[in-house]
Amino acid sequence: MPNKYRKLRRQLMDYFFTGLAGSLSVVVVGALVAIFAYLVIRGAGALNFSFFTEPPRPVGEAGGGMANGILGSLMILAIASVFGVPVGIAAGVYLAEFGRHRLAKLVRFTADVLNGVPSIVIGLVAYGLVVIEQRHFSAFAGGVGLAIMMIPTVTRSTEEMLLLVPQAVREAALGLGIPQWRTTVSIILATARSGIITGVMLAFARVAGETAPLLFTAFGNQFWSFSPGQPIAALPLQIFTYAISPFDEWHRQAWAGALVLVILIVGTTTAVRFLFLRSTLGGAR
Amino acid sequence: MSTAVEVRNLKAWFGPTEALHGIDMSIASTHATAVIGPSGCGKSTFIRCLNRMHETNPEARAEGEVKIGGMDIYGVPAVDVRRRVGMVFQKANPFPTMSIYDNVAAGLKLNGMRDRRVLDEVVEHSLQQAALWEEVKDVLKKKSGASLSGGQQQRLCIARSLAVDPEVLLMDEPASALDPISTAKIEDLIFELKQKLTIVIVTHNMQQASRVAEFTGFFLMGSLVEFDRTEKIFTNPSDKRTEDYITGRFG
Repeated sequence: MPNKYRKLRRQLMDYFFTGLAGSLSVVVVGALVAIFAYLVIRGAGALNFSFFTEPPRPVGEAGGGMANGILGSLMILAIASVFGVPVGIAAGVYLAEFGRHRLAKLVRFTADVLNGVPSIVIGLVAYGLVVIEQRHFSAFAGGVGLAIMMIPTVTRSTEEMLLLVPQAVREAALGLGIPQWRTTVSIILATARSGIITGVMLAFARVAGETAPLLFTAFGNQFWSFSPGQPIAALPLQIFTYAISPFDEWHRQAWAGALVLVILIVGTTTAVRFLFLRSTLGGAR
Repeated sequence: MSTAVEVRNLKAWFGPTEALHGIDMSIASTHATAVIGPSGCGKSTFIRCLNRMHETNPEARAEGEVKIGGMDIYGVPAVDVRRRVGMVFQKANPFPTMSIYDNVAAGLKLNGMRDRRVLDEVVEHSLQQAALWEEVKDVLKKKSGASLSGGQQQRLCIARSLAVDPEVLLMDEPASALDPISTAKIEDLIFELKQKLTIVIVTHNMQQASRVAEFTGFFLMGSLVEFDRTEKIFTNPSDKRTEDYITGRFG
Protein backbone atom coordinates (compact mmCIF):
# COMPACT_ATOMS: atom_id res chain seq x y z
CA MET A 1 0.00 0.00 0.00
CA PRO A 2 1.60 3.24 -1.12
CA ASN A 3 -0.24 5.17 1.56
CA LYS A 4 1.21 3.07 4.34
CA TYR A 5 4.66 3.37 2.81
CA ARG A 6 4.41 7.14 2.72
CA LYS A 7 3.34 7.28 6.34
CA LEU A 8 6.31 5.15 7.38
CA ARG A 9 8.65 7.34 5.39
CA ARG A 10 7.32 10.48 7.04
CA GLN A 11 7.71 8.90 10.44
CA LEU A 12 11.30 7.87 9.75
CA MET A 13 12.18 11.34 8.50
CA ASP A 14 10.60 12.80 11.62
CA TYR A 15 12.70 10.55 13.86
CA PHE A 16 15.82 11.34 11.88
CA PHE A 17 15.52 15.13 12.05
CA THR A 18 14.34 15.20 15.65
CA GLY A 19 17.31 13.01 16.50
CA LEU A 20 19.68 15.22 14.51
CA ALA A 21 18.48 18.44 16.16
CA GLY A 22 18.63 16.76 19.56
CA SER A 23 22.14 15.41 19.18
CA LEU A 24 23.46 18.73 17.85
CA SER A 25 22.02 20.48 20.91
CA VAL A 26 23.87 17.94 23.02
CA VAL A 27 27.08 18.98 21.25
CA VAL A 28 26.47 22.61 22.19
CA VAL A 29 25.70 21.89 25.82
CA GLY A 30 28.36 19.18 25.86
CA ALA A 31 31.15 21.66 25.01
CA LEU A 32 30.34 23.73 28.07
CA VAL A 33 29.92 20.70 30.29
CA ALA A 34 33.21 19.23 29.05
CA ILE A 35 35.14 22.44 29.74
CA PHE A 36 33.63 22.75 33.17
CA ALA A 37 34.17 19.08 34.03
CA TYR A 38 37.79 19.22 32.92
CA LEU A 39 38.39 22.34 34.98
CA VAL A 40 36.87 20.70 38.02
CA ILE A 41 38.97 17.53 37.56
CA ARG A 42 42.22 19.42 37.10
CA GLY A 43 41.59 22.40 39.34
CA ALA A 44 39.39 21.38 42.23
CA GLY A 45 42.28 19.55 43.93
CA ALA A 46 44.27 22.75 44.36
CA LEU A 47 41.33 24.69 45.77
CA ASN A 48 41.40 25.25 49.48
CA PHE A 49 40.67 27.97 51.96
CA SER A 50 44.00 29.71 51.52
CA PHE A 51 43.49 29.88 47.76
CA PHE A 52 40.79 32.43 48.43
CA THR A 53 42.50 34.24 51.31
CA GLU A 54 46.21 34.41 50.53
CA PRO A 55 48.32 35.97 47.80
CA PRO A 56 50.89 33.76 46.03
CA ARG A 57 53.89 32.47 47.97
CA PRO A 58 57.44 32.40 46.59
CA VAL A 59 58.37 29.54 44.27
CA GLY A 60 59.16 26.37 46.17
CA GLU A 61 57.08 27.29 49.14
CA ALA A 62 53.89 25.24 49.22
CA GLY A 63 50.45 26.86 49.70
CA GLY A 64 49.39 30.37 48.92
CA GLY A 65 46.53 31.39 46.67
CA MET A 66 45.15 33.86 44.24
CA ALA A 67 43.10 36.00 46.59
CA ASN A 68 44.78 39.17 45.34
CA GLY A 69 44.05 38.12 41.75
CA ILE A 70 40.36 37.54 42.51
CA LEU A 71 40.10 40.91 44.19
CA GLY A 72 42.09 42.54 41.39
CA SER A 73 39.86 41.06 38.70
CA LEU A 74 36.74 42.24 40.50
CA MET A 75 38.21 45.71 40.86
CA ILE A 76 39.26 45.97 37.21
CA LEU A 77 35.87 44.66 36.07
CA ALA A 78 34.08 47.13 38.32
CA ILE A 79 36.10 50.00 36.84
CA ALA A 80 35.46 48.69 33.32
CA SER A 81 31.72 48.44 33.97
CA VAL A 82 31.51 51.91 35.50
CA PHE A 83 32.94 53.39 32.31
CA GLY A 84 31.82 50.90 29.69
CA VAL A 85 28.20 50.21 30.59
CA PRO A 86 26.84 53.79 30.76
CA VAL A 87 28.69 54.82 27.61
CA GLY A 88 27.53 51.70 25.80
CA ILE A 89 23.90 52.05 26.84
CA ALA A 90 23.86 55.77 26.04
CA ALA A 91 25.32 55.11 22.59
CA GLY A 92 22.79 52.31 22.07
CA VAL A 93 19.94 54.66 22.97
CA TYR A 94 21.29 57.22 20.51
CA LEU A 95 21.46 54.63 17.73
CA ALA A 96 17.98 53.30 18.42
CA GLU A 97 16.28 56.68 18.73
CA PHE A 98 18.20 58.67 16.10
CA GLY A 99 19.47 55.76 14.02
CA ARG A 100 18.83 57.27 10.61
CA HIS A 101 21.13 60.23 11.08
CA ARG A 102 24.44 60.17 9.17
CA LEU A 103 26.42 60.39 12.40
CA ALA A 104 24.48 57.40 13.76
CA LYS A 105 25.49 55.29 10.79
CA LEU A 106 29.10 56.25 11.44
CA VAL A 107 28.76 55.38 15.13
CA ARG A 108 27.21 52.00 14.29
CA PHE A 109 29.96 51.21 11.80
CA THR A 110 32.66 52.27 14.27
CA ALA A 111 31.16 50.10 16.98
CA ASP A 112 31.19 47.07 14.69
CA VAL A 113 34.80 47.68 13.70
CA LEU A 114 35.82 48.26 17.32
CA ASN A 115 34.20 44.95 18.18
CA GLY A 116 36.59 43.24 15.79
CA VAL A 117 39.78 44.95 16.95
CA PRO A 118 42.11 42.37 18.56
CA SER A 119 42.22 42.67 22.33
CA ILE A 120 46.00 43.05 22.37
CA VAL A 121 45.58 46.21 20.28
CA ILE A 122 42.99 47.52 22.73
CA GLY A 123 45.58 46.87 25.44
CA LEU A 124 48.11 48.96 23.54
CA VAL A 125 45.60 51.78 23.23
CA ALA A 126 44.94 51.74 26.98
CA TYR A 127 48.69 51.66 27.51
CA GLY A 128 49.11 54.71 25.33
CA LEU A 129 46.14 56.55 26.80
CA VAL A 130 46.62 55.87 30.48
CA VAL A 131 49.89 54.12 31.34
CA ILE A 132 52.18 56.46 29.39
CA GLU A 133 50.31 59.51 30.67
CA GLN A 134 50.46 58.37 34.29
CA ARG A 135 53.91 56.82 33.90
CA HIS A 136 52.93 53.67 35.76
CA PHE A 137 50.76 50.55 35.40
CA SER A 138 47.46 50.55 37.25
CA ALA A 139 44.17 48.79 37.83
CA PHE A 140 42.57 51.90 36.36
CA ALA A 141 44.45 51.42 33.07
CA GLY A 142 43.28 47.80 32.93
CA GLY A 143 39.72 48.92 33.58
CA VAL A 144 39.92 51.45 30.75
CA GLY A 145 41.15 48.75 28.38
CA LEU A 146 38.31 46.39 29.25
CA ALA A 147 35.80 49.25 29.14
CA ILE A 148 36.81 49.98 25.53
CA MET A 149 36.14 46.33 24.77
CA MET A 150 32.73 46.37 26.48
CA ILE A 151 31.41 49.50 24.78
CA PRO A 152 30.73 48.15 21.26
CA THR A 153 29.02 45.00 22.53
CA VAL A 154 26.83 46.90 24.97
CA THR A 155 26.05 49.57 22.37
CA ARG A 156 24.90 47.18 19.68
CA SER A 157 22.94 44.88 21.98
CA THR A 158 21.22 47.87 23.63
CA GLU A 159 20.27 49.21 20.21
CA GLU A 160 18.86 45.83 19.14
CA MET A 161 16.84 45.50 22.32
CA LEU A 162 15.43 49.03 22.13
CA LEU A 163 14.37 48.49 18.53
CA LEU A 164 12.41 45.45 19.69
CA VAL A 165 10.20 47.67 21.86
CA PRO A 166 7.00 48.09 19.83
CA GLN A 167 6.31 51.49 18.30
CA ALA A 168 2.91 51.32 20.02
CA VAL A 169 4.59 51.61 23.43
CA ARG A 170 6.41 54.78 22.36
CA GLU A 171 3.19 56.23 20.98
CA ALA A 172 1.32 55.40 24.17
CA ALA A 173 3.86 57.35 26.20
CA LEU A 174 4.12 60.32 23.84
CA GLY A 175 0.32 60.39 23.60
CA LEU A 176 0.13 60.99 27.35
CA GLY A 177 2.22 64.12 27.00
CA ILE A 178 5.31 62.51 28.45
CA PRO A 179 8.40 64.25 27.04
CA GLN A 180 10.61 62.34 24.62
CA TRP A 181 13.54 62.00 27.03
CA ARG A 182 11.26 60.76 29.81
CA THR A 183 9.70 58.26 27.46
CA THR A 184 13.09 56.92 26.53
CA VAL A 185 14.43 56.74 30.08
CA SER A 186 11.38 55.57 32.02
CA ILE A 187 9.40 53.60 29.47
CA ILE A 188 11.52 52.36 26.57
CA LEU A 189 14.59 51.48 28.63
CA ALA A 190 12.40 49.88 31.30
CA THR A 191 10.58 47.80 28.73
CA ALA A 192 13.83 46.60 27.17
CA ARG A 193 15.50 46.14 30.54
CA SER A 194 15.95 42.39 30.59
CA GLY A 195 17.40 42.33 27.09
CA ILE A 196 19.81 45.16 27.87
CA ILE A 197 20.97 43.41 31.03
CA THR A 198 21.60 40.24 29.06
CA GLY A 199 23.70 42.25 26.61
CA VAL A 200 25.67 43.88 29.41
CA MET A 201 26.28 40.50 31.03
CA LEU A 202 27.51 39.06 27.74
CA ALA A 203 29.96 41.93 27.41
CA PHE A 204 31.00 41.51 31.03
CA ALA A 205 31.56 37.78 30.66
CA ARG A 206 33.55 38.34 27.52
CA VAL A 207 36.00 40.84 28.99
CA ALA A 208 36.23 39.11 32.37
CA GLY A 209 38.47 36.45 30.89
CA GLU A 210 40.59 38.82 28.80
CA THR A 211 44.32 38.61 29.40
CA ALA A 212 45.94 40.50 26.56
CA PRO A 213 44.61 43.99 27.38
CA LEU A 214 45.80 43.60 30.97
CA LEU A 215 49.39 42.56 30.19
CA PHE A 216 50.73 46.07 29.97
CA THR A 217 48.00 47.97 31.75
CA ALA A 218 47.08 46.26 35.03
CA PHE A 219 50.41 44.43 34.68
CA GLY A 220 49.85 41.95 37.48
CA ASN A 221 51.10 41.94 41.01
CA GLN A 222 52.32 39.17 43.33
CA PHE A 223 51.10 41.06 46.36
CA TRP A 224 47.93 42.63 47.70
CA SER A 225 46.95 45.93 46.19
CA PHE A 226 43.81 47.84 47.05
CA SER A 227 44.51 50.97 45.06
CA PRO A 228 43.14 51.55 41.58
CA GLY A 229 46.23 53.65 40.91
CA GLN A 230 48.68 50.78 41.42
CA PRO A 231 49.57 47.71 39.37
CA ILE A 232 47.21 44.94 40.38
CA ALA A 233 46.88 41.20 40.03
CA ALA A 234 44.13 39.75 37.88
CA LEU A 235 42.97 36.16 37.59
CA PRO A 236 43.59 35.76 33.85
CA LEU A 237 47.06 37.26 34.20
CA GLN A 238 47.88 35.03 37.12
CA ILE A 239 46.63 31.97 35.24
CA PHE A 240 48.74 32.96 32.25
CA THR A 241 51.89 33.44 34.33
CA TYR A 242 51.36 30.21 36.24
CA ALA A 243 50.44 28.12 33.21
CA ILE A 244 53.65 28.94 31.33
CA SER A 245 55.84 28.45 34.40
CA PRO A 246 57.91 25.28 34.81
CA PHE A 247 56.52 24.42 38.29
CA ASP A 248 53.94 21.67 38.85
CA GLU A 249 52.54 23.40 41.91
CA TRP A 250 51.88 26.54 39.85
CA HIS A 251 50.25 24.49 37.09
CA ARG A 252 47.81 23.08 39.61
CA GLN A 253 47.07 26.58 40.86
CA ALA A 254 46.55 27.80 37.30
CA TRP A 255 43.87 25.13 36.81
CA ALA A 256 42.26 26.12 40.07
CA GLY A 257 42.40 29.76 38.99
CA ALA A 258 40.71 28.95 35.69
CA LEU A 259 37.96 27.12 37.55
CA VAL A 260 37.46 30.06 39.90
CA LEU A 261 37.39 32.49 36.98
CA VAL A 262 34.64 30.54 35.22
CA ILE A 263 32.61 30.25 38.41
CA LEU A 264 33.11 33.95 39.07
CA ILE A 265 31.80 34.88 35.62
CA VAL A 266 28.83 32.53 35.71
CA GLY A 267 28.07 33.54 39.29
CA THR A 268 28.19 37.28 38.64
CA THR A 269 26.08 37.16 35.50
CA THR A 270 23.49 34.95 37.16
CA ALA A 271 23.37 37.10 40.28
CA VAL A 272 22.98 40.33 38.33
CA ARG A 273 20.22 38.89 36.18
CA PHE A 274 18.46 37.62 39.26
CA LEU A 275 18.77 40.92 41.14
CA PHE A 276 17.59 43.10 38.27
CA LEU A 277 14.89 40.86 36.93
CA ARG A 278 13.37 39.78 40.22
CA SER A 279 11.33 42.96 40.46
CA THR A 280 9.66 42.28 37.13
CA LEU A 281 6.00 41.42 37.71
CA GLY A 282 4.99 37.81 37.70
CA GLY A 283 2.31 38.25 35.08
CA ALA A 284 4.42 40.32 32.71
CA ARG A 285 5.93 38.50 29.78
CA MET B 1 -23.25 74.27 21.42
CA SER B 2 -19.66 75.34 21.82
CA THR B 3 -16.74 74.25 19.70
CA ALA B 4 -13.97 72.20 21.29
CA VAL B 5 -11.69 71.77 18.29
CA GLU B 6 -11.52 74.19 15.41
CA VAL B 7 -9.65 72.89 12.37
CA ARG B 8 -8.79 75.26 9.53
CA ASN B 9 -7.12 74.27 6.27
CA LEU B 10 -5.19 71.39 7.84
CA LYS B 11 -2.75 69.69 5.49
CA ALA B 12 -0.53 66.72 6.30
CA TRP B 13 2.28 65.00 4.47
CA PHE B 14 4.19 61.74 4.57
CA GLY B 15 7.45 62.60 2.87
CA PRO B 16 6.44 64.21 -0.45
CA THR B 17 2.92 62.71 -0.43
CA GLU B 18 0.11 64.95 0.69
CA ALA B 19 -2.23 62.82 2.81
CA LEU B 20 -4.69 65.54 3.87
CA HIS B 21 -5.69 68.27 1.46
CA GLY B 22 -6.87 71.11 3.65
CA ILE B 23 -9.46 69.98 6.18
CA ASP B 24 -11.93 72.36 7.82
CA MET B 25 -13.94 71.03 10.71
CA SER B 26 -15.56 72.37 13.87
CA ILE B 27 -15.86 69.66 16.49
CA ALA B 28 -18.56 70.16 19.08
CA SER B 29 -17.63 70.19 22.72
CA THR B 30 -18.85 67.35 25.01
CA HIS B 31 -20.20 65.36 22.09
CA ALA B 32 -18.82 62.46 20.12
CA THR B 33 -17.76 62.99 16.55
CA ALA B 34 -17.13 60.00 14.31
CA VAL B 35 -14.70 59.99 11.42
CA ILE B 36 -15.47 57.38 8.78
CA GLY B 37 -14.13 56.50 5.37
CA PRO B 38 -12.38 53.74 3.44
CA SER B 39 -8.88 52.53 4.35
CA GLY B 40 -6.17 55.00 3.46
CA CYS B 41 -8.52 57.98 3.26
CA GLY B 42 -6.58 59.92 5.88
CA LYS B 43 -8.91 59.57 8.87
CA SER B 44 -6.20 58.27 11.21
CA THR B 45 -3.77 60.85 9.92
CA PHE B 46 -6.40 63.48 10.62
CA ILE B 47 -6.94 62.66 14.27
CA ARG B 48 -3.21 62.13 14.78
CA CYS B 49 -2.77 65.75 13.70
CA LEU B 50 -5.12 66.87 16.47
CA ASN B 51 -2.64 65.95 19.21
CA ARG B 52 0.48 66.27 17.09
CA MET B 53 1.19 62.55 17.09
CA HIS B 54 1.40 62.70 13.30
CA GLU B 55 4.76 64.42 13.45
CA THR B 56 6.34 61.70 15.63
CA ASN B 57 6.90 59.90 12.33
CA PRO B 58 10.23 61.39 11.15
CA GLU B 59 9.02 61.77 7.56
CA ALA B 60 5.73 63.39 8.42
CA ARG B 61 4.71 67.03 8.76
CA ALA B 62 1.52 69.01 9.06
CA GLU B 63 0.41 72.56 8.31
CA GLY B 64 -2.67 74.59 9.06
CA GLU B 65 -4.53 75.73 12.12
CA VAL B 66 -5.94 73.60 14.89
CA LYS B 67 -7.38 75.40 17.89
CA ILE B 68 -8.36 73.53 21.00
CA GLY B 69 -10.11 75.65 23.60
CA GLY B 70 -8.59 78.70 21.94
CA MET B 71 -5.04 77.28 22.04
CA ASP B 72 -3.29 77.05 18.68
CA ILE B 73 -1.76 73.59 19.02
CA TYR B 74 0.95 74.22 16.47
CA GLY B 75 2.08 77.26 18.42
CA VAL B 76 2.81 75.51 21.74
CA PRO B 77 5.05 72.55 22.69
CA ALA B 78 3.65 69.21 21.53
CA VAL B 79 3.90 67.87 25.07
CA ASP B 80 1.40 70.48 26.32
CA VAL B 81 -1.00 69.61 23.52
CA ARG B 82 -0.92 65.90 24.28
CA ARG B 83 -1.69 66.46 27.95
CA ARG B 84 -4.93 68.16 26.95
CA VAL B 85 -5.76 65.84 24.06
CA GLY B 86 -5.59 62.17 25.02
CA MET B 87 -5.38 59.29 22.59
CA VAL B 88 -6.56 55.69 22.53
CA PHE B 89 -5.07 53.51 19.83
CA GLN B 90 -6.44 50.73 17.67
CA LYS B 91 -4.44 48.06 19.41
CA ALA B 92 -4.40 48.26 23.20
CA ASN B 93 -0.88 49.27 24.18
CA PRO B 94 -0.39 49.12 27.95
CA PHE B 95 3.18 49.54 29.17
CA PRO B 96 4.20 45.89 29.33
CA THR B 97 6.52 46.06 32.33
CA MET B 98 4.22 48.13 34.53
CA SER B 99 1.48 47.07 36.93
CA ILE B 100 -2.11 48.11 36.32
CA TYR B 101 -1.68 50.90 38.86
CA ASP B 102 1.53 52.19 37.29
CA ASN B 103 0.00 52.10 33.84
CA VAL B 104 -2.78 54.41 34.91
CA ALA B 105 -0.48 56.60 37.00
CA ALA B 106 2.22 56.81 34.31
CA GLY B 107 1.06 60.05 32.74
CA LEU B 108 1.08 61.86 36.08
CA LYS B 109 4.12 60.17 37.60
CA LEU B 110 6.35 60.74 34.60
CA ASN B 111 5.30 64.36 34.50
CA GLY B 112 6.51 64.81 38.05
CA MET B 113 3.52 64.04 40.28
CA ARG B 114 4.79 62.38 43.47
CA ASP B 115 1.96 62.75 45.97
CA ARG B 116 0.81 59.18 46.65
CA ARG B 117 -2.61 60.24 47.91
CA VAL B 118 -3.35 62.15 44.75
CA LEU B 119 -2.07 59.28 42.62
CA ASP B 120 -4.20 56.72 44.46
CA GLU B 121 -7.25 58.88 44.01
CA VAL B 122 -6.66 59.54 40.33
CA VAL B 123 -5.98 55.86 39.61
CA GLU B 124 -9.20 54.78 41.30
CA HIS B 125 -11.27 57.52 39.71
CA SER B 126 -9.85 56.88 36.22
CA LEU B 127 -10.38 53.13 36.44
CA GLN B 128 -13.94 53.73 37.60
CA GLN B 129 -14.57 56.09 34.71
CA ALA B 130 -13.23 53.41 32.37
CA ALA B 131 -15.51 50.80 34.00
CA LEU B 132 -12.54 48.65 34.94
CA TRP B 133 -12.21 49.34 38.67
CA GLU B 134 -14.37 46.47 39.91
CA GLU B 135 -12.48 43.94 37.80
CA VAL B 136 -8.97 44.96 38.84
CA LYS B 137 -9.18 46.67 42.24
CA ASP B 138 -7.70 43.67 44.07
CA VAL B 139 -4.73 43.17 41.76
CA LEU B 140 -3.81 46.79 41.02
CA LYS B 141 -0.17 46.44 41.91
CA LYS B 142 0.17 42.70 41.57
CA LYS B 143 -0.75 42.19 37.96
CA SER B 144 0.83 43.73 34.91
CA GLY B 145 -1.27 45.61 32.41
CA ALA B 146 -0.30 43.11 29.76
CA SER B 147 -1.85 40.23 31.69
CA LEU B 148 -5.39 41.55 31.23
CA SER B 149 -7.70 40.43 28.42
CA GLY B 150 -7.81 42.43 25.19
CA GLY B 151 -10.97 44.30 26.12
CA GLN B 152 -9.71 45.04 29.62
CA GLN B 153 -6.40 46.26 28.19
CA GLN B 154 -8.25 48.71 25.97
CA ARG B 155 -10.24 50.02 28.94
CA LEU B 156 -6.97 50.25 30.88
CA CYS B 157 -5.58 52.40 28.07
CA ILE B 158 -8.68 54.59 28.26
CA ALA B 159 -8.22 54.93 32.03
CA ARG B 160 -4.57 55.83 31.45
CA SER B 161 -5.60 58.61 29.06
CA LEU B 162 -8.27 59.88 31.45
CA ALA B 163 -5.81 60.06 34.33
CA VAL B 164 -4.15 63.17 32.90
CA ASP B 165 -7.60 64.79 32.67
CA PRO B 166 -7.78 65.69 28.97
CA GLU B 167 -10.42 67.93 27.39
CA VAL B 168 -10.51 65.91 24.21
CA LEU B 169 -10.13 62.16 23.75
CA LEU B 170 -9.10 60.86 20.34
CA MET B 171 -9.96 57.23 19.66
CA ASP B 172 -8.42 55.53 16.66
CA GLU B 173 -10.61 52.49 15.94
CA PRO B 174 -10.65 51.63 19.65
CA ALA B 175 -12.85 48.55 19.28
CA SER B 176 -11.77 47.12 15.94
CA ALA B 177 -9.65 44.41 17.59
CA LEU B 178 -12.25 43.46 20.19
CA ASP B 179 -15.10 40.97 20.43
CA PRO B 180 -18.73 42.19 20.43
CA ILE B 181 -19.10 42.21 24.21
CA SER B 182 -15.93 44.21 24.77
CA THR B 183 -16.96 46.50 21.93
CA ALA B 184 -20.30 47.13 23.61
CA LYS B 185 -18.49 48.05 26.84
CA ILE B 186 -16.30 50.54 25.00
CA GLU B 187 -19.36 52.06 23.35
CA ASP B 188 -21.15 52.38 26.70
CA LEU B 189 -18.04 54.06 27.97
CA ILE B 190 -18.06 56.59 25.14
CA PHE B 191 -21.62 57.44 26.13
CA GLU B 192 -20.56 58.13 29.70
CA LEU B 193 -17.38 59.98 28.82
CA LYS B 194 -18.92 62.43 26.40
CA GLN B 195 -20.91 63.96 29.24
CA LYS B 196 -17.67 65.57 30.34
CA LEU B 197 -15.27 65.56 27.44
CA THR B 198 -15.11 65.78 23.70
CA ILE B 199 -14.59 62.56 21.79
CA VAL B 200 -13.36 62.11 18.25
CA ILE B 201 -13.56 58.51 17.15
CA VAL B 202 -12.26 56.94 13.97
CA THR B 203 -14.20 53.85 13.05
CA HIS B 204 -14.60 51.40 10.22
CA ASN B 205 -17.90 50.30 11.62
CA MET B 206 -20.74 52.52 10.43
CA GLN B 207 -23.19 51.05 12.91
CA GLN B 208 -20.79 52.04 15.62
CA ALA B 209 -20.59 55.56 14.28
CA SER B 210 -24.37 55.84 14.24
CA ARG B 211 -24.63 54.41 17.76
CA VAL B 212 -22.10 56.58 19.54
CA ALA B 213 -21.66 59.82 17.64
CA GLU B 214 -23.85 62.90 17.22
CA PHE B 215 -21.72 64.10 14.32
CA THR B 216 -19.99 62.23 11.54
CA GLY B 217 -17.40 63.27 9.02
CA PHE B 218 -16.84 61.25 5.86
CA PHE B 219 -13.29 61.25 4.52
CA LEU B 220 -12.26 60.21 1.05
CA MET B 221 -8.76 60.36 -0.42
CA GLY B 222 -7.50 62.95 2.03
CA SER B 223 -10.50 65.27 1.86
CA LEU B 224 -13.48 65.77 4.11
CA VAL B 225 -16.35 65.06 1.75
CA GLU B 226 -19.21 65.67 4.12
CA PHE B 227 -19.58 66.61 7.75
CA ASP B 228 -22.96 66.79 9.42
CA ARG B 229 -25.22 65.37 12.11
CA THR B 230 -24.87 61.61 12.13
CA GLU B 231 -28.48 60.85 11.26
CA LYS B 232 -28.27 63.20 8.30
CA ILE B 233 -25.12 61.46 7.02
CA PHE B 234 -26.67 58.03 7.31
CA THR B 235 -30.20 58.78 6.13
CA ASN B 236 -29.96 61.68 3.75
CA PRO B 237 -26.38 62.49 2.71
CA SER B 238 -25.89 65.51 0.49
CA ASP B 239 -22.96 64.12 -1.46
CA LYS B 240 -23.25 61.23 -3.91
CA ARG B 241 -19.91 59.79 -2.74
CA THR B 242 -21.10 59.63 0.88
CA GLU B 243 -24.21 57.83 -0.21
CA ASP B 244 -22.18 55.34 -2.26
CA TYR B 245 -19.97 54.63 0.71
CA ILE B 246 -22.63 54.18 3.36
CA THR B 247 -24.72 52.01 1.06
CA GLY B 248 -21.69 49.79 0.54
CA ARG B 249 -21.05 50.53 -3.09
CA PHE B 250 -17.30 50.91 -2.46
CA GLY B 251 -14.74 50.98 0.34
